[in-house]
Amino acid sequence: MSETTVADVAVRERPIAVRAVRDALAVTWRNLIAYRRVPQLLVFSTIQPVIFVVMFRYVFGGAISLPIRLPYVDFLMPGVFVQTVVFGALATAIGLASDMKSGLMERFRSLPMARSAVLAGRTLADLTRNLFVVMLMLAVGFLVGFRLHTDILGLIGGILLLLAFGYAMSWIFASVGLLVGDPETAQAAAFPLLAPLVFASSLFVPVQRMPGWLQPWANHQPVSVTAKAIRFLTIGPSPFGQASDVWESLLWIAGILLVFAPLAVRRYRRAI
Amino acid sequence: MTDAAIEVEGLTKRFGDVVALGGIDFSVPTRSVFGLLGPNGAGKTTAIRILATVLEPDEGRASVLGRDVVRDPDGVRRVIGLAGQYAAVDPNLTGRENLRLIGLLTQMSSTDISPRAAALLGRFDLTDAADRPAKTYSGGMRRRLDIAAALMPRPPVLFLDEPTTGLDLYSRNELWDMIRELVEEGTTVLLTTQYLEEADRLAQRIAVVDQGRVIANDAPSVLKAQLGNTVAEMGFEDDTGAERARELLARAHPAEREGSIVRLSTNEGPRVLIGVLRELDGAGLSPSTLTVHEPSLDDVFLKLTGRHAESTETTTDQPAAGRRRRRRGAAA
Repeated sequence: MSETTVADVAVRERPIAVRAVRDALAVTWRNLIAYRRVPQLLVFSTIQPVIFVVMFRYVFGGAISLPIRLPYVDFLMPGVFVQTVVFGALATAIGLASDMKSGLMERFRSLPMARSAVLAGRTLADLTRNLFVVMLMLAVGFLVGFRLHTDILGLIGGILLLLAFGYAMSWIFASVGLLVGDPETAQAAAFPLLAPLVFASSLFVPVQRMPGWLQPWANHQPVSVTAKAIRFLTIGPSPFGQASDVWESLLWIAGILLVFAPLAVRRYRRAI
Repeated sequence: MTDAAIEVEGLTKRFGDVVALGGIDFSVPTRSVFGLLGPNGAGKTTAIRILATVLEPDEGRASVLGRDVVRDPDGVRRVIGLAGQYAAVDPNLTGRENLRLIGLLTQMSSTDISPRAAALLGRFDLTDAADRPAKTYSGGMRRRLDIAAALMPRPPVLFLDEPTTGLDLYSRNELWDMIRELVEEGTTVLLTTQYLEEADRLAQRIAVVDQGRVIANDAPSVLKAQLGNTVAEMGFEDDTGAERARELLARAHPAEREGSIVRLSTNEGPRVLIGVLRELDGAGLSPSTLTVHEPSLDDVFLKLTGRHAESTETTTDQPAAGRRRRRRGAAA
């Protein structure tokens, strides 16, 4: 991969921007190799959302009544897509924490490489992985009866929004991984962070049936908003998603990146 | 030839209340091997980390080939190779891929990376394992790969943090030969070690580090001359017997007593011992135990500080804890 993506330059002195891109791609290449060498990582991170699809589609789905006439699977799949990228972001935390524990981070810091490359390479690799997993989940969705009510542009827009959201989540978890510095702790620390985002949300059930005090959170927290935005893009305007949700989701993505990217970079500068 | 490749002045580093470096100074001439000798927790690794720009010092100044580690870290990174204490290789990458990654990140030209990696894999006896993920490697193989990675960009200055810890005898000798070759080719090497023998075999100069300070800085031959080439330890029934033996022996040899143990260092080794034992036997003072060994880090420490060389990580302000631990170790 690197042979084709990295330009052949025979000198050691390279402009800073060129170096940043080359180094980020080198670290991305290195991180993607791990997914190829340890396919379990990918299999398990894919099996879980598939189980959710099967469970909600065939077990709980019948008990969940939607306030309008719409096949439940069409409501469910955008939620599952979002859940997939949210849980996928955990890999960012675990990957960085492992590098700290193994001493690789220390080596990286002694190399004349762009300071941004370790974090950029980690998050880019996880973005690539998300693209792969989302495509897989889309295929699973179509297999269990998911149907597009809008057009292909809506679907592409939804996937792009999903990937952007997954990328933003990666930066939250990059900060977590660098903060704890140990893969097992990173995993343990992530769940309490994820639970209110994933379960107190519109991912699997309509917010309209939740208690009143929970609704504001469940309606406006980033995970719900993004699921609603993708529903708008795949179903069209409905009680489950409006055009405004797309804008709200984009705002969340921008906000998360603005807060957590500098935070992760600062942690990285201090981490060994 | 004689100008310094590495200069360290008054370097200090604290982690919370723990003083890792309490102001150390040393300088390393170009094309030489300099050894930092000391027990665990003495501050050796902290010094290397600062020189490799991984950590910033609190006070003091350090430079590598004239580049200041704080003001020009990127300049320093371009001229150094670092092999840390924990073989820092990516377990999921093959040996070759690990070297390729380091080649890319040290800004080597793409055409140079593959042949350089192949040459280093050959030199470190890793050619057969080159295309296997590093997680399948033995500890020694990982170590060698780690050092090969440090050498990828042909750094003029090389930092080796306890490079032979965990290596078998054969790999250790191989590595020593390699370090000598590198110096002949013009590399400057700063290595840390807990073994006097290693520092003695490789380094032209040794700084003994204790609790974040340099307590001796000399050629190995000078340090060893203070100790003698052979150390004999004789155990006696009780302290009084030991003291009488010490008095007897001290007329002809440097002898010291610690409890019921008399320690004697000599340059003539076993030959002296025959005479010593005859003398003791004549005085009716037969030792109950006798060990003869080459001087170790512990002997250097005893000589320089009057203390045993011990990890000072937890015992800096609790000498009692160290004593307890030693007693338990002796019982085990």
